[in-house]
Amino acid sequence: MSSPVATDPLLRIDHVTLRFGGLVANADVSLEVPEGQILGLLGPNGAGKSTLFNLISGTYRPSEGRIIFRGQDITGLSAPERCRRGIARTFQVPRSFDSMNVVENVIVGGFARHASAAAARRVALETLDFAGLAHRAEAVAGELTPPEKRRLEVARALATGPRLLLLDEVLTGLTPSEAKAGVELIRKVAATGVTVIMVEHVMEVVMPLVDRAVVLHLGRVLAEGHPTEVVRHEGVITAYLGERHRAA
Amino acid sequence: MTTLTTALAPGSLPARAEASYAAKRRRKLVVAALVFAALAALPYGIRDVYLQNVLILTLMYAALSQSWNILGGYCGQVSLGHALYFGFGAYATTVLFVTYGVLPWFGMLAGGLLSAVVALGLGYPCFRLAGHYFSIATIVIAEIGLLLVHNWDFVGGAMGIQWPFNPDSWWTLQFARDKIPYVHFAVGFLAVVWFVTWLIEGSRWGYWWRAVKDDAQAAESLGVEVFRSKMAAAAVSAFFTAIGGGFYAAYVSYIDPESVMSFRFSLLFALPAVLGGIGTLWGPLVGAAILIPLTEISRSYLGGSGNGLDLMLYGVLVMVVALARPEGVLSLFRRTRKARNEEATP
Ligand SMILES: Nc1ncnc2c1ncn2[C@@H]1O[C@H](COP(=O)(O)OP(=O)(O)O)[C@@H](O)[C@H]1O
Ligand SMILES: [Mg+2]
Repeated sequence: MSSPVATDPLLRIDHVTLRFGGLVANADVSLEVPEGQILGLLGPNGAGKSTLFNLISGTYRPSEGRIIFRGQDITGLSAPERCRRGIARTFQVPRSFDSMNVVENVIVGGFARHASAAAARRVALETLDFAGLAHRAEAVAGELTPPEKRRLEVARALATGPRLLLLDEVLTGLTPSEAKAGVELIRKVAATGVTVIMVEHVMEVVMPLVDRAVVLHLGRVLAEGHPTEVVRHEGVITAYLGERHRAA
Repeated sequence: MTTLTTALAPGSLPARAEASYAAKRRRKLVVAALVFAALAALPYGIRDVYLQNVLILTLMYAALSQSWNILGGYCGQVSLGHALYFGFGAYATTVLFVTYGVLPWFGMLAGGLLSAVVALGLGYPCFRLAGHYFSIATIVIAEIGLLLVHNWDFVGGAMGIQWPFNPDSWWTLQFARDKIPYVHFAVGFLAVVWFVTWLIEGSRWGYWWRAVKDDAQAAESLGVEVFRSKMAAAAVSAFFTAIGGGFYAAYVSYIDPESVMSFRFSLLFALPAVLGGIGTLWGPLVGAAILIPLTEISRSYLGGSGNGLDLMLYGVLVMVVALARPEGVLSLFRRTRKARNEEATP
């Protein structure tokens, strides 16, 4: 497989804007994500984080701007085509296929890599093992506990064999010990060479995990940099973290 | 590509799961072979012609409902216009045989292919419609089709077409003296549609279709070609529905627009699957085995099918199932199995 020049980022978002009628959900967003990073995408509710994921994964098309993945302009490509090229995502509200059991859910992802059912199933079983869900393989997806549902989302996305994984609040609402297990899984995924962009609100989780952080506010990039710099950013404190954080 | 999975040691858990899955798939085939063999033997124990007729219709509607289930149950695109394809099959078979002397076997095939092509042509605009709008569009299109056939003299218009009387033969699918061959054709038809559905269930299409039904947007993000999935399901579904139409025409040996294309048929294809269990291998047969005998009884007692009483009966039945068992009668059995699984897992 031809690899782009070493200095090329894996993903480049180039002046992207998306409007919903009068509402600007993403305004002139530009970002670069180098291969191998864990990038934290932060910002208050309604900042446009999920919208940006939808733009990267092809659920929405930008009103303006371009999205470049591995050196190629993918702005006009469909969501399934982007998946085949190596972009996978989870949804903020888990969207499992509830008429299927867990392994069948993951097999759907496996078919992005293999047309053969046996190969897709093998990938799915191995991915479930990797994601720590193998013991639930035969459970009906609709009956999983919330943390298991999140794990299933991740496993399903991983089964497509992504180079870039978009995680939308996969740790939100988990107990501290569940979140810790989730962090371990994310680290394990990153260790296989998958680049990760993750949306997460709990700063204690984000700070040690991510290599770089980007803060969105009202659809714009408010700050960007090492997580320790970003949390000291004056605008970020007022818009997102609040006075409490400054005091701490 | 990243080698996430190849980096893993091939654990024994996936290997075992794979083997048990393959065994489970094979078991389904064996069960099906036994069921169909038993159904084929059934008419030798039922000498009564009226009951044989009920059996033939039950098997035929089971197969037709399975055909509907491919699009409506697996792919989640609820068509209430499949009478259109049934009519195409019936008319193609009848016109080709009566007017041109083409054997019904080829007529059915022609009707099937025609229906598949029409389904693709109609799917192109219709699959851009969401949910209920899709269903409404299918009703409207089928009604338009019915009107067109009504006014098309070449295919008999409102008068319909009578099949000529011929000696009993598998070539012409005409059996005036003995209905057992029709039972066998219907069992064979059901077995073929069942087997095709079984194949699909284990293939990429099967997984794609179910993913489209459950959540199209999530499916797309996992590489599923949603539009193509719907088109493929529609073509396969229409093809087999038309085969059933051709068989029905041979069986009743007289067709007119109302007797093969009325809305009643569209309901009769959807209801058994809904009743028995939508998107399952056995739901349509279970549903047809309940619904079709009931239909025939109500026909004898309430008199005729023209008064719409039987439609009301189906409506009530489906509402009861929808309220009590949204997943169909078959789910009664699946629940107990699931409960057992849960006891087994700590
Ligand atoms: N499909 C949509 N149609 C209209 N407005 C939308 C849509 N999706 C998101 N929005 C709006 O865009 C803004 C950003 O939403 P979102 O990206 O979900 O924020 P976040 O994920 O950062 O909480 C919000 O004001 C939201 O109401
Ligand atoms: Mg969000």
